[in-house]
Amino acid sequence: MKTDLIANLTANGAVFGANETFWGYQRENGQVGARNHLAIIPASVCAAVTAARIAAIVKGAVAIPNQHGCCQVGADFQQTKRTLIGLGQNPNVGAALVIGLGCENIDAAEVAAAIAGAGKPTDYLVIQACGGTLSATAEGARRAALLARDLSACRRTPCPVSSLVLGVECGASDFTSGLASNPAVGFASDLLVQAGGVSMLSETTEFIGAEHILANRAVSPAVGQKLLAIVRNCEQRSLAERVDLRGSQPTPGNIAGGLTSIEEKSLGCVHKAGAAPIQDVLSYAEAPAGKGLFVMDTPGQDVDSVTGMTAGGATIILFTTGLGTPTGSPLAPVLKISGNADTCVKMKDNIDIDVSAIIRGESSIVESGQEIFWEMLRAASGRFTKAESLGHCEFGIYKTGPTF
Amino acid sequence: MNHMAVVVQAADNVATAVADLSAGDKVSFFVGRDERECQLLEDIPRGHKFAIRDIAAGDNVIKYGEAIGAATAAIGAGRRAHVHNVESRRGRGDIYEGDANEN
Repeated sequence: MKTDLIANLTANGAVFGANETFWGYQRENGQVGARNHLAIIPASVCAAVTAARIAAIVKGAVAIPNQHGCCQVGADFQQTKRTLIGLGQNPNVGAALVIGLGCENIDAAEVAAAIAGAGKPTDYLVIQACGGTLSATAEGARRAALLARDLSACRRTPCPVSSLVLGVECGASDFTSGLASNPAVGFASDLLVQAGGVSMLSETTEFIGAEHILANRAVSPAVGQKLLAIVRNCEQRSLAERVDLRGSQPTPGNIAGGLTSIEEKSLGCVHKAGAAPIQDVLSYAEAPAGKGLFVMDTPGQDVDSVTGMTAGGATIILFTTGLGTPTGSPLAPVLKISGNADTCVKMKDNIDIDVSAIIRGESSIVESGQEIFWEMLRAASGRFTKAESLGHCEFGIYKTGPTF
Repeated sequence: MNHMAVVVQAADNVATAVADLSAGDKVSFFVGRDERECQLLEDIPRGHKFAIRDIAAGDNVIKYGEAIGAATAAIGAGRRAHVHNVESRRGRGDIYEGDANEN
């Protein structure tokens, strides 16, 4: 089936969508954003409320609801710091203001310097150095407003689709995910990769049982081994806890929807990354070096996974769902796609694209995949997704170690 | 003719119901390019799977052309295949016999 898709994709030597453009924000560092956010980034949970209040005052500002950043050690600490810096460097961020309390592990000045190093107007302030909540909020709003005024002068211009960075995600899966929405999103992902763009597949838990298929698509044996290693580590965590993954993966909702095992869920899940070769395996929140399809090592939990991909530079998310889920992202537009006709009615506030015609035999994966591709370009050009228009900005940094 | 079940790959031994189906229904579906029929021996809710040929206890249950678990009991053609008679073989820390605490 996949071979036919690729044959269609490249029929007559033409690459579908390659010459398409979308209206993006061309950044001075060469990145292209689909949004023009001023990110207010708290270095730790202790600065999160102040950051949220500053964002509430200043037009164009969005706060990152960071719940970590202090009393962390080792790889877990590095991962949180890498995530915060990566979010600030995301192409959808035009400028950033970092707020520190002053005594936390993560140094606000260091985070701000790393974001500024990516060519973004960046400022920071420390609550303990400016008089506490009220003074820090006022000073932060003053500085944020200055950044926001400059940012508001940015204009969208036609940008090549190859400058898009897509993250593919699935959540609240059911039997339609593997049969309709995931293969259709996979087709859209293949179109983008063929056109020279970047796509990211994450959720390592949901490779269990399908890892051999992905490893065979790696560009080299070394990348294939990396992929098998992250899946082995993930499965080992459940073995070390001496727990049965079932009940958590698949979730009770997945099981009610007809999914029997993590293997079945995974085999459906991996369809959302199409059939393109896998260039490399990225750590959580690591930016891909180069173009094509990448795998990022994240948990299967959707919100942590989307956070990791946006920290790795994803500018738009295609999110498939069977039962329906409302979650969005503070920085990237998230498009919800479902192949379940009932869900498209019951969760109509949240589903952007209905591909249930595939299940009814009235549309093909290729046709629906093309529709998703065009909707992705419309959203990347500025049209709000449903999650965005309803203010969904769910956020979670994946923790890999205890907090002390 | 309306096909109420989907078989993803020719190697599969289960079909997925795309509508609520009842015991006694004769359901047709494609396996590759061949049209087949199976009479259901129990109700199959939409989204759930049924065996399209006899699966012996211990045999792999195949969907997408890959093993999605093992049958814990014989599943005759037309019977439902789900968590009550199919067991995952992955992420099973509950039956893991290695030294998981060596770290």
